[in-house]
Amino acid sequence: MIKIEHMSKSYGPYPAVIDISFEVLKGEIVGFLGPNGAGKTTTMRVVTGFTPPTDGDVTVGGYDVVSHSLDVRRHIGYLPETVPLYLDMTVTDYLTYMGEIRGMNSWWVKERLPKVIDMVRLGEYRNTLVGRLSKGYRQRTGIAQAILHEPDVLVMDEPTIGIDPIQVVETRELISNLGEEHTMLLSSHILPEVSAICKRVLVINDGRIVADDKPNDLSEKLQHAERIEISVRGAEAPAFINAMRDLSAVVDARSDQRVAVVQNAEREDFLPFIVDARPNMQASEQIAKIVVENGWGLSNLTPLPMTLEEIFLELTTEENLGE
Amino acid sequence: MRFISVIAIKEIRTYFASPMAYVVSAAFLAITGFFFVASVSDAFAEASIRGYLAGAVFFMIFMSPALTMRLIAEEQKLGTLELLLTSPLREFEIVFGKFLAAFATTLVMIILSLYFVIVLFVYGDPDIGPLLSGLLGLSLYAAATLAVGLFASSLSSNQIVGLVVGSGILTALTIIDFVSERLSGLASEVLNAFQLGASFSVFDLDSFGVAEGGHFADFARGIISLTDIAYYSSITAVFLLLTVLVLEARRWR
Repeated sequence: MIKIEHMSKSYGPYPAVIDISFEVLKGEIVGFLGPNGAGKTTTMRVVTGFTPPTDGDVTVGGYDVVSHSLDVRRHIGYLPETVPLYLDMTVTDYLTYMGEIRGMNSWWVKERLPKVIDMVRLGEYRNTLVGRLSKGYRQRTGIAQAILHEPDVLVMDEPTIGIDPIQVVETRELISNLGEEHTMLLSSHILPEVSAICKRVLVINDGRIVADDKPNDLSEKLQHAERIEISVRGAEAPAFINAMRDLSAVVDARSDQRVAVVQNAEREDFLPFIVDARPNMQASEQIAKIVVENGWGLSNLTPLPMTLEEIFLELTTEENLGE
Repeated sequence: MRFISVIAIKEIRTYFASPMAYVVSAAFLAITGFFFVASVSDAFAEASIRGYLAGAVFFMIFMSPALTMRLIAEEQKLGTLELLLTSPLREFEIVFGKFLAAFATTLVMIILSLYFVIVLFVYGDPDIGPLLSGLLGLSLYAAATLAVGLFASSLSSNQIVGLVVGSGILTALTIIDFVSERLSGLASEVLNAFQLGASFSVFDLDSFGVAEGGHFADFARGIISLTDIAYYSSITAVFLLLTVLVLEARRWR
């Protein structure tokens, strides 16, 4: 449905996206992942016909975003990053207006509006001014306007940013359900979100795509390191770190700086560390042995699973090192 | 056409749902009322709406940009412009819809002020020709000033900038004779041709809207000239077109 070929976009002399190519097939939910300023929003603006690409071809449903911009826009539902709402309209008025400027006739709006309001669970707020809604409900109103005209393609830019955790969970559920009937491109810099919703992840950094995979495969591929959380008593930090680095299974060791961990360890008089180890080398056994040999007290030794966040950091830092 | 009316109706509803339309109407009625009363309260005053027209022409320099300043600037500030520009709308449909909303609101104000005409008919015997031509001229003048205001609103996301730029352009077009009378020959005539209204008509209480200069004087006298109609229509068209271009240029930034 969405096809991007060698697309670049610059703002004046500043390149925002450099020669990216990817395709989103019909019915696919693709997560677009990257830090702030990586080029996610720019790519989405090109796809939605808001801004033309500087170079390359972008088509949505077979229509070119530059030469057939109106056709593209007819088939897209878009939720920009800052949810664009008219604060002095009621939810119903706002959605009716949005439907009309998307080319829906009043019969269609009348038929569709109650369903969409049910779907995003805005029922009790249908006559509330948008300006009086909480952030989560504003987000739902934004999602409602994006799906109202039954678009083939949904583009959502950071749909859960800035709303409270309970509402984040609800919003994610809502988006997952929408994914059953729409082709979807969804951006985020929160990785668990993408792995929860999307079946495919594109990682973008500095305007380039650095990975394109299923969330699970992505973590498997990057599982070339095991990370171990460990707390010891009676050791000096430098001595412990050096002892760890001498082990064949260990890549690196450092003090654990996470506040909660540090506070807890201080209370119990332990020193917390993080050890990166090579996989399949029984690193935990080697570490335990060294701790015992040195007569230190061992309170905790836990392998940490690599989260998407870390994979993401790994990918983007590798990219930086490569340059 | 459907999109134009959808946008126009939405904007008209916004005008009358907020204090804006009411505050501006009140100010418009007060100011034009003052000029009207001043012009007809002399001993041998003529029964005409020239005083009213002079007041209206003067006040619209500020009123029109005040009415239009929100129209595009706010869409940029709220981010809703991104929605409009990713909807299957053409830029001119957005611009023209918004312009029509502001124009309709202004016409409502002009209609509200028509009780001056009733007063004239009750206490005097006004000439109906200049009355109609004056109202026609005022409508054309309003359209031109609103188009300038809408253009100013498209320039930034700051409404105050829109107001200042819009009033600035209109003031410059009004006092253009300050410059042209110091020039001679072709330059002076070209500048004169661009004059929006008569710069002194407002402050010269004896001449009340019939002062020479500008494209409004003839309308106030009861003369409908094609030049004047063409002038106000061109100003309207050119500034609406410029607004469309500004919106289109925004895509390429």
